[in-house]
Amino acid sequence: MRKKQKVWIYARFERFWHWAQAALIIVLGVTGFEVHGTYRLFGFAAASDIHRVAALMLVILAIFSMFWHFTTGEWKQYLPTTENLNVVFRFYTKGIFRGEPHPFEKTRLSKLNPLQRFTYLGFKLLIFPVLATTGLLYLFYNMWPRIGLSGPLTVVALLHTAGAFLLVVFFVVHVYMTTTGRTPTANLKAMVTGYEEVPVTNDTRHG
Amino acid sequence: MDNLQRFLLLGILLLALLVGGAGRPHATAHSGGAEPAEAPVWQQGEDHEDGEEEDGEEEDGEEEDGEEEEDEEEAAHEREDEERGPGGAEAEDEIPESTADHHKFEVLQQPFASGPEVTRACLTCHTNASAQMIHALHWTWEFAHPDTGQLLGKRHLINNSALAVPSNEAACATCHAGYGYRDGSFDFAAEEQVDCLVCHDTTGTYAKLPQNAGQPATEATEFPPGSGTIWEPPNLQEIAREVGPTSRQTCGACHFSDTRNPGHHGKLSPELLEPDHEVDVHMDVEERNFSCGHCHIAPKHQVEGSRYQPIGQSEERFRHHTQAACVACHGLQVHKESKLNDHIDRIACVTCHIPRFARGEAAMMSWDWSQAGQTDAEGLPVSRFDDEGRIIYDTRRGAFTWDENVIPEYIWFNGVISYTTIGDTINPDPSAPVVINRLEGRYEDEQARIWPVRVFRGVQPYDRERNTLAVVHLEGQDESAYWRSLDWDAAIAAGMEEAGIPYSGEYGFVSTEMYWLLNHGVAPAEHALHCGACHSRNGRLANLPGGYIPGRDRSLALDMIGWLLVAVSLVGVIGHGSLRFAAHRQRQASEKRQRQAARRKTQEESQQQQKKEQ
Repeated sequence: MRKKQKVWIYARFERFWHWAQAALIIVLGVTGFEVHGTYRLFGFAAASDIHRVAALMLVILAIFSMFWHFTTGEWKQYLPTTENLNVVFRFYTKGIFRGEPHPFEKTRLSKLNPLQRFTYLGFKLLIFPVLATTGLLYLFYNMWPRIGLSGPLTVVALLHTAGAFLLVVFFVVHVYMTTTGRTPTANLKAMVTGYEEVPVTNDTRHG
Repeated sequence: MDNLQRFLLLGILLLALLVGGAGRPHATAHSGGAEPAEAPVWQQGEDHEDGEEEDGEEEDGEEEDGEEEEDEEEAAHEREDEERGPGGAEAEDEIPESTADHHKFEVLQQPFASGPEVTRACLTCHTNASAQMIHALHWTWEFAHPDTGQLLGKRHLINNSALAVPSNEAACATCHAGYGYRDGSFDFAAEEQVDCLVCHDTTGTYAKLPQNAGQPATEATEFPPGSGTIWEPPNLQEIAREVGPTSRQTCGACHFSDTRNPGHHGKLSPELLEPDHEVDVHMDVEERNFSCGHCHIAPKHQVEGSRYQPIGQSEERFRHHTQAACVACHGLQVHKESKLNDHIDRIACVTCHIPRFARGEAAMMSWDWSQAGQTDAEGLPVSRFDDEGRIIYDTRRGAFTWDENVIPEYIWFNGVISYTTIGDTINPDPSAPVVINRLEGRYEDEQARIWPVRVFRGVQPYDRERNTLAVVHLEGQDESAYWRSLDWDAAIAAGMEEAGIPYSGEYGFVSTEMYWLLNHGVAPAEHALHCGACHSRNGRLANLPGGYIPGRDRSLALDMIGWLLVAVSLVGVIGHGSLRFAAHRQRQASEKRQRQAARRKTQEESQQQQKKEQ
């Protein structure tokens, strides 16, 4: 075997945050679509209870992670850049089928490729805020008069639903993209252990 | 670590105490101590049990609490019963029920020949009783609605059961709290005509002679004439000495409708005379045993909880209103679960807590007057009953339908009812029934809440030319009375004349609906509707207009776009993955071929070399 070196990519909190968030989002998705009336699984009462608790936990987690991102400066990882964006795009549309190596090299200081930066920024600035805002408005519907709101839940509920669909799409693509690492499970392992194995020599063989 | 565990355990226990203490009095039996003080009066007297229950119960799950609760309640009742045994009963009997023993009153020692004589005797002590009563709905049968300005009350209303009072006063007055209401000339200021006994009899022997303008029989009377049914005069002296508070029996005599003889239009059922816990948790004879007056208090003889001005509205209004409302005892933060409390502003308590009506006894669902008048071969009136003994046809009244355990219909209601009163123009529409009492309100009206209703459907006579519901002279000894002659034309003409409204002479039958708010028969909490009953696509509120109810409502377009996007992304990643896989295989194969070719080449080369060498 060729010689490999372990590169530390993800901090302990980052991994905890990622997996806690993943678990909460899955729970929210499953219970959310039950509350939406798509299927019957736990029963409406249990589904909405679980959804509510998980949502509040996710909000708390988000507050912690924002704190972490700002105090560590990690937020800069998400600053969008178009530099090499076309290169990464070309890789996913062409290079990946030819067995070329990923053009972006992950390091602790720059762990997101340009495409990821845009996607995750979109998640953080669009999907999550829409879901959180409409979700909180949904949850505290009875307090609307106190903040000068009125009317039916319709707009808020539909925005929340739309956000949820985007999140499902994000989830599907995100899970698939984890398999596009050096090996199909390399990215997954990195998110679990924090380390990514990077070959020392130039290895052109990829999954 | 041990300390941490202890700390956590303590925290959890404290939390459980807090949560439990705020909720059901029994739910935290093993936390002990705090809750007996909170237990309602009828559940007290069980403090001594708590100590025994505390031990070794810590690990029991939530589910057990429910059972414990019931067991405890049962045990509590047994204990109460024991306490009331020989010793207890004596102790209680030492304290007289009332401050006045009516047997000792001199004025009640005389024999009474008529009802008004009794009233005069009552008024010697209760000097203002009649002065109060002549303002009461039970006497005036008239109510001027302060918001709609409509003049309501039995004198002015028309319904789709027994139709209307004018021209039938002598019969209807059987349920009037007065004597001598024979026709429109009755003096509603005549205090000595107030009937005290009809509400305050405790013997169950007081009865007003039918069609006698609210008078009891003064001598043995056969009614209906020729029927052989003899009405004995009640012993007024005895009844007067036994007067007491109102009861389910006195209220029920007029307000509960009989399945065999539904002459009056009470929309309550005799199931409330002796209901069990399932039928009515408040009036349950084994437990709380509320009488009607428990909620329908009657300050100054003005009984609260009239349906002419019901409490449909939310917080502001019902906070200051009446005792005949759930909120009067239960408050607005009644559920432990705050999300349930969040529903109270737009959903009446009974919407969930009366999941079905007619749970104890069948309820009449419709009354079709147009079927009346069919006699047997000899021209005699007939009555037909179903297998359960409920009347389904009567020559004089028409056809009836009954149903049990009925799912209510649901409407928005803001507390305002618009009535079709006698003489009001209707708009007969073959496609939709005429609504006699329209319950106002819709989602956009913030005062409106969702209410369960029993819709009573009728087919009744109306003036085809003038589009007014017919007042029919039903009962009487004259030839125009429908129940005597079975002649609609004469009966309508007589009724309309008495009511003072013109009649064209052309009558027809029209379908009508009346909406009855459901208030009675609150089911045990565990049988209340579950969230999914309404939060589902085809749930109970599927047809209720307005609002956005999660689980019921969605945007079909948004759902379709959403699922389409999900499908596209799935197809995308599966496609991309397959292509990757295929390319990978291809690459492997070509590499293999290259290797093979290279190997072959080296083999050939070595063979050639060998040949050369050979």
